Amino acid sequence: MATKHSRMSARLMISPAVLLLLGWMLIPLSMTLYFSFLRYNLLMPGMEEFTGLTNYRFFLTDPAFFAALWNTIALVVGVLVVTVIGGILLALLLDQPFFGQGIVRILVIAPFFVMPTVSALVWKNMFMNPVNGLFAHAAKALGLQPFDFLSSAPLASIIGIVSWQWLPFATLILLTALQSLDQEQLEAAEMDGAPWIKRFWYIMLPHLARAITVVILIQTIFLLSVFAEILVTTNGGPGTASTNLTYLIYMQSLLQFDVGGGSAGGVVAIILANIVAIFLMRMIGKNLDA
Amino acid sequence: MGRITLDKVRKAFGDIEVIPPLDLTIEDGEFVVFVGPSGCGKSTLLRLIAGLEDVSGGQIRIDREDATNLPPAKRGLAMVFQSYALYPHMSVRKNIAFPMKMAGLPQDEQERRIEAAAKALNLTDYLDRKPGQLSGGQRQRVAIGRAIVREPAAFLFDEPLSNLDAALRVGMRLEISELHKRLATTMIYVTHDQVEAMTMADKIVVLRAGNIEQVGSPLELYNRPRNVFVAGFIGSPKMNLITGAEAAKHNATTIGIRPEHLAISTEGGAWKGEIGVSEHLGSDTFFHVTVEGQVEPLTVRASGEVSLSYGDTVWLTPNEANLHRFDAEGLRIA
Repeated sequence: MATKHSRMSARLMISPAVLLLLGWMLIPLSMTLYFSFLRYNLLMPGMEEFTGLTNYRFFLTDPAFFAALWNTIALVVGVLVVTVIGGILLALLLDQPFFGQGIVRILVIAPFFVMPTVSALVWKNMFMNPVNGLFAHAAKALGLQPFDFLSSAPLASIIGIVSWQWLPFATLILLTALQSLDQEQLEAAEMDGAPWIKRFWYIMLPHLARAITVVILIQTIFLLSVFAEILVTTNGGPGTASTNLTYLIYMQSLLQFDVGGGSAGGVVAIILANIVAIFLMRMIGKNLDA
Repeated sequence: MGRITLDKVRKAFGDIEVIPPLDLTIEDGEFVVFVGPSGCGKSTLLRLIAGLEDVSGGQIRIDREDATNLPPAKRGLAMVFQSYALYPHMSVRKNIAFPMKMAGLPQDEQERRIEAAAKALNLTDYLDRKPGQLSGGQRQRVAIGRAIVREPAAFLFDEPLSNLDAALRVGMRLEISELHKRLATTMIYVTHDQVEAMTMADKIVVLRAGNIEQVGSPLELYNRPRNVFVAGFIGSPKMNLITGAEAAKHNATTIGIRPEHLAISTEGGAWKGEIGVSEHLGSDTFFHVTVEGQVEPLTVRASGEVSLSYGDTVWLTPNEANLHRFDAEGLRIA
């Protein structure tokens, strides 16, 4: 890419792809923006009219919006905490030499391949069900009252399910990072008189910083839009106890047929996601600089 | 104090014995170099002394105390690694301070030692940089600084110069030798480079396949190699080893003669040969001479002014007083 000529032709050749991607992004975005300013209800087709900011006013003053906002944050932060801490611990464990290491490492990744709907249903019916679930049986075997996870602690249960799905991802990224740590550094620290916990704190954890950043960034993107797990387990309930922004927008547009309100919610969600992205990049993005 | 004694120390990985039972004493303040070809167990031996590997048998004593089962940190030794093993996320200052921080030394004492080490190693201007911003030689000095501040009983160096370029290597070699003279602390230095061994050591330990082939001062090893292996390993260019009829004339299986102990002449001498490649170093010239009846060409040192060219016929005469004779087992015949 040295000469002016080759730079020109490079730009020319990537332009179709860039234009396609730009259209792919801009057209749905502008349609959502357009819908968000309309009074557009699927039960009254053909009666759309421009309403200005009314949709936004209704969506932002809805008490369900604040509940959903809080639930979204709790879900994202909760899953991040569980997967990052759990991932580090699992990675440390899997980094040790033991019999059957290869098989175990593959098994650890397995939950990541199960689709969210399926894993959420398995958790709901086979583990968390207060009558037939494994946890209920375990509680009864110990002489305890079975706990109804999805009604009594719906958000925590969903955090648990989603964490289970994402833990393998975090473990895998952190394990590879751990394996790339120069063993001589650890030996040097050992000779310098650092016991294991200090070697972990002063050598391993700083080495993992970049991998942890990657895990947090990638997971945040996906966790902001968790949907299937909520749909098949709690339907956002009881009340709004497990409704996140994604689910609220779904309810607005497809359960209440209010496409205008749903679109306004979508725009709000885009703005919020960008605010989160800016803060994340500010806070931890510097770890990604080489 | 740093007197290290190895008593029948043995190391096996599974069924493979890499170091058969071995005895060695390293006196306090000595500069000892372990030298040998790749895979001879010299690094393993160093790691056994450091405590980074467990011994399979025998005893390691540091200052008469049994250190065989002590963890590395408790042995009072400091190690400089081949890859330097600096902590990349810490500044030079923090790298050097790390062992003292782990030992819980008071802050002002830490500062004092860092300043002293930085001054001794010309690192004062770089204390706030990260290792990634330093050159190879500077990183090496930081690694040495990190070892010095612990004031260890002995320093262990694991091929510390092998990642440096040739010019820097000569410079660092001098710096480490000077450091040893100044600190007078025991140093154990592992290398595969026999030039480093010859120039730096008080005592060289030549290893092959985990066995000690010979222990002695550089000149002892050079002048009186105990066997064919040491004869061929110590010295650059290598000693010429001759077998067959010529050796039999001297009642030996193998005879060895160093390049500087062969006289070269265009008129006449003991062995007739033909000049092959010549290497001109300015002060010296090394001729590779193919001698009739010998498979390997012999290396001869001549002064830089001798001008002979490829294909010339010459005669070589060994200096009988400097001839080394070895028996069928490869051992020196006195």
